[in-house]
Amino acid sequence: MSNRTGKIISITGNMIAVKFTGDIIQNEVGYVIDGKRRLKSEVIKIRYDVAFMQVFEYTKGIKVGDTVEFSGQMLSVWLGPGLLAQIYDGLQNPLPQLAEEFGFFLPVGEERDAFSLKVKWDFTPLAKKGDKVTAGSFLGWVPEGIFEHKIMVPFNVRGDWTVEDIAKKGKYAPDRVIAKIQSDKGKTIDVNMYFEWPVKIPITAYRQKLPPKEPLVTKIRILDTLFPIAKGGTYCIPGPFGAGKTVLQQITSRHAETDIVIIAACGERAGEVVETLREFPHIEDPRTGKPLMERTIIICNTSSMPVAARESSVYTGTTIAEYYRQMGLNVLLLADSTSRWAQAMREISGRLEEIPGEEAYPAYLESRIANFYERAGLVELHSGDQASLTIGGTVSPAGGNFEEPVTQGTLKVVGAFHGLSRDRANARRFPSVSPLESWSKYRSFIEKGLVDTAKEILFKGDEVSQMMKVVGEEGVSLGDFVIYLKADFLDAVYLQQNGFDPVDAATTADRQKYLFTKIVDILKKGFPFRDKEEARDYFYNLRHSFIDWNYKEWRSKEFKKQEDKIDVLLKR
Amino acid sequence: MRKVCTRILSIVGNVVMVRAEGVSYEELAEITSAGEKSLAQVIRLDADMVYLQAFAGSRGISTGDEVKFLGHPMRVGFSESMLGRIFNGSGMPRDNGPAITENLIEIGGPAVNPAKRIIPSKMIRTNIPMIDVFNSLVESQKLPIFSVSGEPYNELLARIALQAEVDIIVLGGIGIKYDQYLYFKETLEEGGALARSIFFVHTASDPVVEGLMVPDLALAVAEKFGLQGKRVLVLLTDMTNFSDALKEISITMEQVPSNRGYPGDLYSQLAARYEKAVDFEGAGSVTTLAVTTMPGDDVTHPVPDNTGYITEGQFYLRNGRVEPFGSLSRLKQLVNKKTRADHRPIMDGMIQLYAQYVETEEKRSMGFRMSEWDNKLLRYGKLFESEMMDLSVNIPLEKALDRGWQIMAECFKPNETSFRTDLVEKFWPKT
Repeated sequence: MSNRTGKIISITGNMIAVKFTGDIIQNEVGYVIDGKRRLKSEVIKIRYDVAFMQVFEYTKGIKVGDTVEFSGQMLSVWLGPGLLAQIYDGLQNPLPQLAEEFGFFLPVGEERDAFSLKVKWDFTPLAKKGDKVTAGSFLGWVPEGIFEHKIMVPFNVRGDWTVEDIAKKGKYAPDRVIAKIQSDKGKTIDVNMYFEWPVKIPITAYRQKLPPKEPLVTKIRILDTLFPIAKGGTYCIPGPFGAGKTVLQQITSRHAETDIVIIAACGERAGEVVETLREFPHIEDPRTGKPLMERTIIICNTSSMPVAARESSVYTGTTIAEYYRQMGLNVLLLADSTSRWAQAMREISGRLEEIPGEEAYPAYLESRIANFYERAGLVELHSGDQASLTIGGTVSPAGGNFEEPVTQGTLKVVGAFHGLSRDRANARRFPSVSPLESWSKYRSFIEKGLVDTAKEILFKGDEVSQMMKVVGEEGVSLGDFVIYLKADFLDAVYLQQNGFDPVDAATTADRQKYLFTKIVDILKKGFPFRDKEEARDYFYNLRHSFIDWNYKEWRSKEFKKQEDKIDVLLKR
Repeated sequence: MRKVCTRILSIVGNVVMVRAEGVSYEELAEITSAGEKSLAQVIRLDADMVYLQAFAGSRGISTGDEVKFLGHPMRVGFSESMLGRIFNGSGMPRDNGPAITENLIEIGGPAVNPAKRIIPSKMIRTNIPMIDVFNSLVESQKLPIFSVSGEPYNELLARIALQAEVDIIVLGGIGIKYDQYLYFKETLEEGGALARSIFFVHTASDPVVEGLMVPDLALAVAEKFGLQGKRVLVLLTDMTNFSDALKEISITMEQVPSNRGYPGDLYSQLAARYEKAVDFEGAGSVTTLAVTTMPGDDVTHPVPDNTGYITEGQFYLRNGRVEPFGSLSRLKQLVNKKTRADHRPIMDGMIQLYAQYVETEEKRSMGFRMSEWDNKLLRYGKLFESEMMDLSVNIPLEKALDRGWQIMAECFKPNETSFRTDLVEKFWPKT
């Protein structure tokens, strides 16, 4: 298969056409040889003896007639111990290592191993000679940070195999053979601690996919209570610029109750990734007491990095996420932003001169989006354990208009929609998730009746507030005015949350249940106010005490004291 | 051996096509037309057909003109002697000085490794209260000024250039009017800042495509100075003209347009320029301020819209003032806690009061009765607009904060504002 080459016959932007002989594979990786540089590229269209390839680097300086070497492999990532806490570009090159070698700027045409093959890992076997295994079966494990990193039978083997030999407990490098397995047809293969997997093919070495049921606690009140996410579910966050998409993702990545978080920063500002990668090593994960970085992997292909690699970064992130799911872990993949990924597809499609769909996005946009979100899911592994991959993607709609193709294509396939509103952001009501527009198909850990009551008040309150804009405060009845105040109160003390305060930033499920029940009681309660002034004063007071309450540590002395204060207010 | 072609096969828009071999992508060529030399860049290679974008436009080019390939991509000189000089969109002198031929650097270089970036932490003082107090400019930030034609955005840029505490100013003018160019030159000269400035100016009368190189030229030079430890401020005006030039080329090249005729890669193109803003660890920094005029004052127009997703906030310039509401500096939180204890409270508190004033003003204009509180707000709003928002106000941050307290003391009692007691005790002016 190797040693097949081609010659470049045309160049437009990052798209090259290559005349080849022999056989090549769709999505095969090739390298443009330009002097000493080797520019990684991927076959995306084949017509007769011409392959159209997208180049993952800037194409400045390459010539018609330059040689392209085909690798015989599809675009793949390495899967094995050493991935956690890493920072990769869209093609799984470790960025800190590139920085060490090449300084401030990203080099062109340089590839590095995703993790070191020299580091030795403490291997403990789980399988023994004679065990029946299939793709994804656990052969052993190594400690990786706080996790038991399972060493598995590579996902590309088919059928039933038998363990012929397995290494004893000991320290091994990832490329050392730790097992020999034999198929029922008598073929034997060596297994070491890492292998490669093509990023565009989902990993399906599990028994079955299950419907997502259990909520994934993000500790963001408006999400967990009103628009919950489920483990193994999908959700999207569309919003105009400045509405706080990235901040919301960052807060989620810190506090979400999940084993592993993978951040795919795709075509967004480099500055935002920098905050994550400079701060995470120093923030303690409250659940484990270890730095947050130890449960995090960052795939970072910011807006000024080459476009084609941006397209692949989302797949790179998903593949690594699926790999950890195979170990029985709950993984959360945050993609920011899927619009940039879609735009990368649009750029490439334009260069291929495909017939454009709406807003020049390719006709296959929706199916690509669907395929991506479908890689999420709660699964039952062959071992019988359950594991999940949850995917949350931000969408950056042009002009903040949700009617555009990427938002619409996404809404069709996700289980929850957290629409951010510019009005709420301008009014500094954060998180700026719109309580009126958003929805979720998943169940919250809070009783449905309570949630419905709250939603009803929100909708009615909004109606009253619209009315007041026309007829003024004088024009609405006292009863309606109280509903408006109740909705405003719920918004201020529960839906809004201060992401910069150490206590208020994260509200546990228990606290949410406690707080929300109390608030719904107030929403249901009738108040004998004499006039609007009195009602307003009362609710403003109540709001103030509840906000103070939110800043007190759960179940602390001050928490109790503040609650007593509130109870006195409520008895009046 | 430099390749020379003597036959131009097609001329469409500003794109000419010749047959040549061994030409590399984005290589530069020189077209000699009636004795005049102009530059062109390879934008597409198809077998031996080479498509070139002619910076000086295709007008007057003959099919028999000579095209000489230079064997290298676009480069720009880089040296201290460029300070105080003015160049055009091809990097050639616009003043009467000599061309810079030594120490040439490539433009549009690779991106900075995100792992090498640091969290910005240094404020750039401009002495404009609406910026310093309410939306501080931070070193290495990229910020557009969203505005409409007729607003004094270039005056604002010139003022920031004069007053900002930076080592070097690089101005990139794209499609600006000639008198604006002269205005920049005179203002910086009078303010004594010309000696630390470099101009790359493409005026409205120059061929459109020549403007395409300006941001890259300006940023390449800025980046080099940044690496040498200089704090560089890059001013670009106007990026909408740049985007329009991109649109023109992509339509000429028969690319499928995405939104209102703009190419599908508009976001990537803009991002590649804006993302050059950086704080080099252990060296200098590049900060970018760019004017983006919004056609029809429409922020959802593709150019401001894509820009907003790339940059770290934006300043809205409306009615000659930096708007307090839409304007946002995403990085201000990183610097304003270290300035003075009352900086953040003033920033939030005064804007909240101003927002109330705006509501009251609306009520007043609709004829509602004004309460005593409303009258206080009205008075506050007027003072805030004249003493803080007006662009002619020119005071350092500390003075601006003091003035903020004075304005509030003139209008309100301390308990009518939302400030914490300890701040009131410390800062509220005693009469």
